[in-house]
Amino acid sequence: MNIFETIRFALRAITANKLRSSLTVLGILIGVAAVILLVAVGNGSAQAVQNQIESLGTNTLTVTAGAGGGARGAASTQNTALNMDLVPALENKDEAPHVKSVSPVVTGSQAATYEGTDHTIAQFVGTYPGYVAASNFKISKGTLFTDDDVKDSRKVVVIGSTVAEELFGNVDPLSKQVTVSGKLFTVIGVLAEKGGSGFNDPNDVAMAPVSAVQESLTGYGSLNQLLVQATSPDAVSEAQSEITAILNEKLNISGSSTTSAYRILNQSQLLETRANTAETFTLLLGAVAGISLLVGGIGITNIMMVTVTERTREIGIRKALGAPKRTILTQFLVEATVLSLIGGLLGVAAAIIGSQFTIVSIKPVIVPSSVALALGFSVAIGLFFGSYPASRAAGLRPIEALRYE
Amino acid sequence: MTTQTMTVVESTTKPVLDIQNVAKIYGQGETEVHALRGVTLTVERGDYVAIMGSSGSGKSTLMNILGCLDIPTSGQYLLDGVDVSRLNDRQLALVRNRRIGFVFQSFNLIARTTALANVELPLAYAGVKAAERRRRARAALNMVGLAQREDHEPNQLSGGQQQRVAVARALVTAPALLLADEPTGNLDTQSTNDVLAVFDQLNRSGRTIVLITHEPDVAEHAKRLIRLVDGRIVQDERLK
Repeated sequence: MNIFETIRFALRAITANKLRSSLTVLGILIGVAAVILLVAVGNGSAQAVQNQIESLGTNTLTVTAGAGGGARGAASTQNTALNMDLVPALENKDEAPHVKSVSPVVTGSQAATYEGTDHTIAQFVGTYPGYVAASNFKISKGTLFTDDDVKDSRKVVVIGSTVAEELFGNVDPLSKQVTVSGKLFTVIGVLAEKGGSGFNDPNDVAMAPVSAVQESLTGYGSLNQLLVQATSPDAVSEAQSEITAILNEKLNISGSSTTSAYRILNQSQLLETRANTAETFTLLLGAVAGISLLVGGIGITNIMMVTVTERTREIGIRKALGAPKRTILTQFLVEATVLSLIGGLLGVAAAIIGSQFTIVSIKPVIVPSSVALALGFSVAIGLFFGSYPASRAAGLRPIEALRYE
Repeated sequence: MTTQTMTVVESTTKPVLDIQNVAKIYGQGETEVHALRGVTLTVERGDYVAIMGSSGSGKSTLMNILGCLDIPTSGQYLLDGVDVSRLNDRQLALVRNRRIGFVFQSFNLIARTTALANVELPLAYAGVKAAERRRRARAALNMVGLAQREDHEPNQLSGGQQQRVAVARALVTAPALLLADEPTGNLDTQSTNDVLAVFDQLNRSGRTIVLITHEPDVAEHAKRLIRLVDGRIVQDERLK
C-alpha cells in the first residue's frame, strides 16, 4: 500500500463528510487569515508611521529646553535657557558647517477672537519662515511671512486649517484681522491640512514672526525650541555634535550636565522609537492572531477525535481486513494534514484578498514570512493534533474497534 | 510470493487450524467471565465446519480468536502451522490480510464506498497494483453474482447483496480459511440461500470454511458440526 493510495483514502474520507470537514477548514482558515492579516495591519501601520516621519524630514534636529533651564528661567543668574542669541551662533558656517538653517520657536496656546468668535489655538508659534517647510507644512492659500516681516516685527500670521475653520467658517480668512490676547494679527496665509498620528490636532496651529510674538505676547524671554536643519540626512549626527559644542560653550555648561539644560531630538532617533513601538504593536497583534490559530488547531484535534470515535467500527473493519497500524495512522494523519493545509491555503487567499482593503485607515502590508509561518504552523498543527487521535485509533485491537457502538 | 508458496508446501502436511487448549477470560477478579474453558480443535484443509451453540457459549469468542481479531488468554493457536501468538502487530495484519477471510453478521462494509472499492480494500492493503486489483475484485464480485452492482454503495444494496459483497471481499485475497460469524443471522430466507450457495460453491472448489450459526438449516450445509456449551466443545460430529 503506497502513500498515494493512503492519500486517496484520506481524501475520500474527507469528502465523505463535507459539512464537518468544511467547518474544520473554516477554523484553520480564520486562524491563518487572522495571523497574516493582523501582522499585515501592524506592518502597514509601522510603514505609515515611518513614511510620516520620513516626510517630516530626517535632516532636522529639535533642540528643546530641558528641565534645568525653564521656558521662563530668566531669574536664574546662570541662564541656561535657549535664547535668540544662539540662532546666529548656530548658523555660523565656520563652527557649524553641517547646519543649513536654524529656526527659533516660541510656542504656547493663545486665545484668538474674530468678530465675536473665540477659539483657543493650541499652538501659537513664533518662528522664522524656514520653520514651516522644516516642520513639513505647506501654504495652501495666501503667502508665508518673510524675513523682512521678522525683522520689522510685523503682526502677520499664517493659520492652520482647524483654526481657519473654527474662527472664520466659510469666510475667506485672508487679510482679516484676528485678536490674539488683545493684539491684532493680520492673516496672510492658510496652511494646507496635514495628517496626524497622535491625539493632538496638528492643524490647530498658527505661525507668526518670532519677533512679533515675543514683542506682543510672550516677551523677550527664552525660546521653547530651536529647529535645526542639517545640510543633508547624512550630516545629522555631525550637525548634532556641532550644536552640542556650541550650546555648551554659549550656555556655560560642562559636558556632564548637558542633559538637564537642553535636549536634542534627532528625527532618526524618533524614527527608531516609533519603529520599536510599531514592532511591539505588530507582535501584540501577531500574538492575538496566534491564539486564534491555536484555537483552530484545537478544533482540528476535536474533529479528528470525533472522526476517530465515529469511525472506530470502520477502523476495526480495516484492521480485520489486514490494514497495518502504520497505514491507518498515515490515513488519519494525512486527513488531518490535508484539512489544515486546505484551511491554511484558503486562509492565505482570504488574507491576501482582505489586505486589498484599508482596515481602520491602515493599508495592510503583507509580510511574506508571516504567510510561510502561518501556513507552516497550520500544517504542523494538523500533524501534531492529528497524531494523537490517529495513533489512538491505529493502536486499537480489531475486536475492540469492531465491538464499539 | 514466497510466503504463498510456503503456505502451499505447509498445507500438504499441516492442518489449516490447530488450536490446543485455548481459553479466554474477560475481566478480572469478581467480574471474571470464562468465555472459553480450554478448546482443542483441528480443521483440515477443504473442510466445512459449522459451530453451533446458544448465546454466551463462547462461539463468537472462538471465532474472533480464529480470525486473529482477539488474543487467547492461554493456549496455542497454529494457523497453517504458524504460531499466531508469537507474531507482532505487523505480521498479524499480514496474516489477517493474506490467510483469513472474515464475514461478519452485520456485513461490516465501509459506508459511502462502492461495492467494488470495498472488495478492493484487502488487495489495496496487500499492495496489489490498481489494475490487477480491479480485475481480481471484479472476478470476486462476479463469483458471488454481483458483477452488475459494483458501483453501488452499501446503502443501495439489500442485506443479502451486502453480505455477498462481504463474502467477495473475504475471498478476494484467496485466503486459506474463510471464517463467517453468523453470516445469515440478519438475512431473509432467499438471501440466506444465496449466501449459502456461494459458500457451498467455494467449499466445492477446495476452500476451508468455518461458520457460526444458530440455525440447523444453515448447519446442514456443513460437513462437520461442532456444538459449544459454556466455552467447551460438547459435540463434534461429521455430517457428510
